[in-house]
Amino acid sequence: MRKFFFKRLLQLIPLLIGISLISFFVMHLAPGDPTALFIDPNVDPGELARVRANWGLDQPIPVQYIKWLWNAVRLDFGRSYMTGQPVIGEIAERLPNTLILMIPSYILTLLICIPVGVYSAVKKGGWFDNTFTVLSFAGMSIPTFWVGLMLMLLFAVQLDWLPATGNLVLPLITMTIGSLAGLTRYQRAAMLEVLNQDFIRTARAKGLPERVVIFKHALRNALIPIVTIMGLSLPDLFGGAFIIETIFAWPGMGRLGVQAIFSRNYPLIMGIVMFSALLIVLGNLFADIGYALVDPRIRYEKNDK
Amino acid sequence: MRKMTNNKLQMTNVGIFIILIMVVAAIFAPMIAPYDPSEIVEDNTLAPSIKHLFGTDDLGRDIFSRALYGARISLTVGLVAVTIAVLIGTLFGAIAGYYGGLVDSAIMRSVDVMLAFPSIFLILAIQVMLTPNIYNVMIVIGLTSWMGVARLVRGEFLRIRELQYVEAARAIGASDLRIIFRHILPNAMAPIIVAGTLGMAGAILTESALSFLGLGVQPPMPSWGNMLMDSQAYMRDAPWMAIIPGILILLAVLSLYFVGEGLRERLDVRG
Repeated sequence: MRKFFFKRLLQLIPLLIGISLISFFVMHLAPGDPTALFIDPNVDPGELARVRANWGLDQPIPVQYIKWLWNAVRLDFGRSYMTGQPVIGEIAERLPNTLILMIPSYILTLLICIPVGVYSAVKKGGWFDNTFTVLSFAGMSIPTFWVGLMLMLLFAVQLDWLPATGNLVLPLITMTIGSLAGLTRYQRAAMLEVLNQDFIRTARAKGLPERVVIFKHALRNALIPIVTIMGLSLPDLFGGAFIIETIFAWPGMGRLGVQAIFSRNYPLIMGIVMFSALLIVLGNLFADIGYALVDPRIRYEKNDK
Repeated sequence: MRKMTNNKLQMTNVGIFIILIMVVAAIFAPMIAPYDPSEIVEDNTLAPSIKHLFGTDDLGRDIFSRALYGARISLTVGLVAVTIAVLIGTLFGAIAGYYGGLVDSAIMRSVDVMLAFPSIFLILAIQVMLTPNIYNVMIVIGLTSWMGVARLVRGEFLRIRELQYVEAARAIGASDLRIIFRHILPNAMAPIIVAGTLGMAGAILTESALSFLGLGVQPPMPSWGNMLMDSQAYMRDAPWMAIIPGILILLAVLSLYFVGEGLRERLDVRG
C-alpha cells in the first residue's frame, strides 16, 4: 500500500508539469499582453517597456516558463499584477471562503445522494424511483448558473428571505444541486449492479431478512464506487465554483480566478490553476486509496499498470 | 437489440419530439419569428402577452423572436463543438488503442492532464485571450471536451483489435489504415454515437455558461446563454428574461439526454 501511494504521488509530478505547461503556453502565446488592458494608450512607450520588463514579459516565452517553474517548485508563484501582493497570499486569503462553500456542499450531496440512490435501486421502477429519475435527469440538464439565478429570483427577489449576494445559503444550495443529480444516478446504478450479483441471491436464498440483505450485504458494496466518483467529480466542483461565486459575488478563489482571467493577471491565473489542479489530483489520489482501503479485494501492488 | 422498457421508450420519444420541434423552429426562424431579433420593437421589459409571447427584454426586443434565432446559434454551436470533440477523441482513441505501447501511454497521459483541469477555467482563459466569437466558442469547447470520447474509443479498439476477424484481415495483408477505418471503427460506432449525443448536451450547457459570462457568442447575435447575460440586473422588473432562456436550455439538454439514453439502450451500449 505504501509503495503504491508513493508511486502514485510521483506520477503527480509529470501531471502537474503538464498542466502548468499547457496553461502557461495557452496564456502567453495568445495575442496581446496584459499591459494593454490598464495602461493609458497615451503613456510613454518607455514606461510601457519598463513595466513589461519588470514583469519579465520581454523575455522569450520558454525562458519565462522555466523561470516560473523554478520559482513555483519553491512555492513562489510571483506577485499579482493588480495588487502587487504575493499570489500565494491572495489565494490563501480566498481559499477558506471557497472551502466553506465546497465542503458542506460535498457532505450535503453525499447525505442526499446515497439514500435516494439506494432506495431508488431497491424499489426500481416504483414511483419514488421514477420521480427521482426524471428529477435527476432534469438536474443534469440545468445549467448550474441558471439554478443560481432562479434561486436568487425566488428567495432573494420575490420572497425576500435572503440577500442575493454575500450570503452563504444560496450558493451552497446551487452548488449542491449542481453535483447532486449525477451522483444520485451513479449511486443508483452502483446499487443496482450489486443487487444483481450472485452473493445477494445467495443471501436471500438462505432466508436472510430483506433488511439484512440490503443493509449488510448490498449497501456496503454499493458505497465503494461512489468514493471514486466523488474524486472524479472534483474538477466539476471547482468549475462550478468559478461561476457560482461570480453570480453570488462570493469572495472565494473561483471569483478571484474569473477576475484574474478577465484582467489577464498571469501570475494569479497560473497560481489558481495550479492550486486547483493540485487539489483535484490529490483528491483523486485519496479517492483511489480510499477505494483500496474500503475494498479488501483491491490490491494495487499486483495489478497496478 | 434489446427491448426497451415502456418508461424509457416514452422518455426517448419525448426527447426526439422536442428536439425535432427545436430544430424545425431553428431552421425556419426567419419565417416564424414575428419580429427582427435585434431590433427594438416595443417598450422595454414588457411582460409576456399575445403580442409578445415571451415578453420583451431590457432593450425592448421581442424575446420570442430572439429565442428562435437563439435556438439556431445554440444548437449549431453544440453540434459543431461536439463534432470537433468526437473527431479528435476518435482519432486519438483509435491510435492509442490500436498501436498501444508508448503511443498509447503518451496519449492517455495527455488525457489525464486535460481531465485534471477544471475545464471551464481553461475555456474561460482561452476565450479571454482569443477574441470571443461564435467560431472560437465552437473550437474551444471542441478542443477541451474530446477526452471522454478518446477513452471510450481506446477501450473499444483494445477489445476489437483482438477479435478474430481483425486477425484475419491482418493475415491477408490489410494495411493499418484499412483495418482501423474499415474493420474496427464501424464496429465501435455505437458507443461513439451515444457519447456524441450526450456530448452535444454538455456542449450546449458549456456554451450557455460561457455566453452568460460574456465570453461566448457576442451580442447582438442572440444565443440562449447570452440572453441570460443581462437578466440578473432585471430580476425584479422582468423575471421572464431570466426564466425563458433557461427553460429552453433545460428542454434541449434534457431531450438530448433522453435520446442518448434511448440510443444507449437500443444499440446495447454498456456503461
